[in-house]
Amino acid sequence: MEIIETVFVRNNLIVAFAVVGCVTWISYFLAKKLTNNRIHGSAIAIALGLVAAYYGGITTGGSKGVADIALLGGIGLMGGGMMRDFAIVATAFGVQFSELRKAGLAGVISIFAGVIVSFVVGAVVAILFGYTDAASITTIGAGAVTYIVGPVTGEAIGASNEVITLSVAAGLVKSILVMIGTPLVATYIGLNNPQSAMVFGGLMGTTSGVAAGLAATDPRLVPYGAMTATFYTGIGCLLGPSILFFIVSSIY
Amino acid sequence: MIIYGVGLLSICLIFGMLIGEVLGVLLGVQANVGGVGIAMLFLVFASNSDFFKSLTRDAAGEGIRFWSAMYIPIVVAMAAQQNVAAALDGGLLALVAGVAAVVVSFLLVPVLSKIGTGPSSTHSEP
Repeated sequence: MEIIETVFVRNNLIVAFAVVGCVTWISYFLAKKLTNNRIHGSAIAIALGLVAAYYGGITTGGSKGVADIALLGGIGLMGGGMMRDFAIVATAFGVQFSELRKAGLAGVISIFAGVIVSFVVGAVVAILFGYTDAASITTIGAGAVTYIVGPVTGEAIGASNEVITLSVAAGLVKSILVMIGTPLVATYIGLNNPQSAMVFGGLMGTTSGVAAGLAATDPRLVPYGAMTATFYTGIGCLLGPSILFFIVSSIY
Repeated sequence: MIIYGVGLLSICLIFGMLIGEVLGVLLGVQANVGGVGIAMLFLVFASNSDFFKSLTRDAAGEGIRFWSAMYIPIVVAMAAQQNVAAALDGGLLALVAGVAAVVVSFLLVPVLSKIGTGPSSTHSEP
């Protein structure tokens, strides 16, 4: 047992490749046999990943899902920010510049619209739940933008720790729901071309959610959605503790 | 050489991230502003230009295509390390705020997708 553990921990990234390889194979097999490919294999793989993350979270009490289990620590490296960004950039290979320019304006508008709309929705929910101070309302609104904008805003304007934790949870719910929900609603919202993918990335903004949601819908759309989504968190961090906070505090 | 493509990809990412960090500092924001998006633009320019042909064609291109194909497995690993437990633990407020933000944003996708398509589609028609 100890020998197995030593080998697994020492080669953790390789273990991660093996595990993800097996999970992906099983997922594509299930997608074909059970759903006749109506549900994309990658959507099943991502859903299995989320279930495993939940299990990892409740068994270890950590915050990194399955990566907190010692034997699967390599998942943390393989699915961490560095590898994710590297692979996202690689998907841009072969993209035509003209496609990007065509959707450029809509993409830029969607980033600002996405940040503001998510913020307003989150802030309204906070008010409905009885919050009356500007800092809490702003922080929860910012959490509905992304789980990074929430704490960045909350710390900047001095919100309480509980509210900051809530804002992170709201952002996580958003990110996970985008991962699962995107393939289900794609046809209804016209998500089938580069232009709508760029708008989608700008509106949703959560890089992980968009990355996984588009992968499960149509991998060819990934570079377009990811391109706008990566500006979203930065814009959110810019607007949250400044203009949006000023507006909320002028009302409350 | 496969490493030429991988090297080009890495350089695009590093420069994009550097610019994103600088943008963040200039805007006074504690975040990287669009680093990945800028890196993607660099790669799009490089793969569409003749000057970088030796770094993007043939075997060198395979070095980039490999990482592009590794994207979905990496996303699966990313999903497996999300803090799902915390998201479900956040209570009703977090759940309602997150779900409402996603639903409203989904509804806006078809609305905003129309921007710019009107004029450009009339241009393309004879």
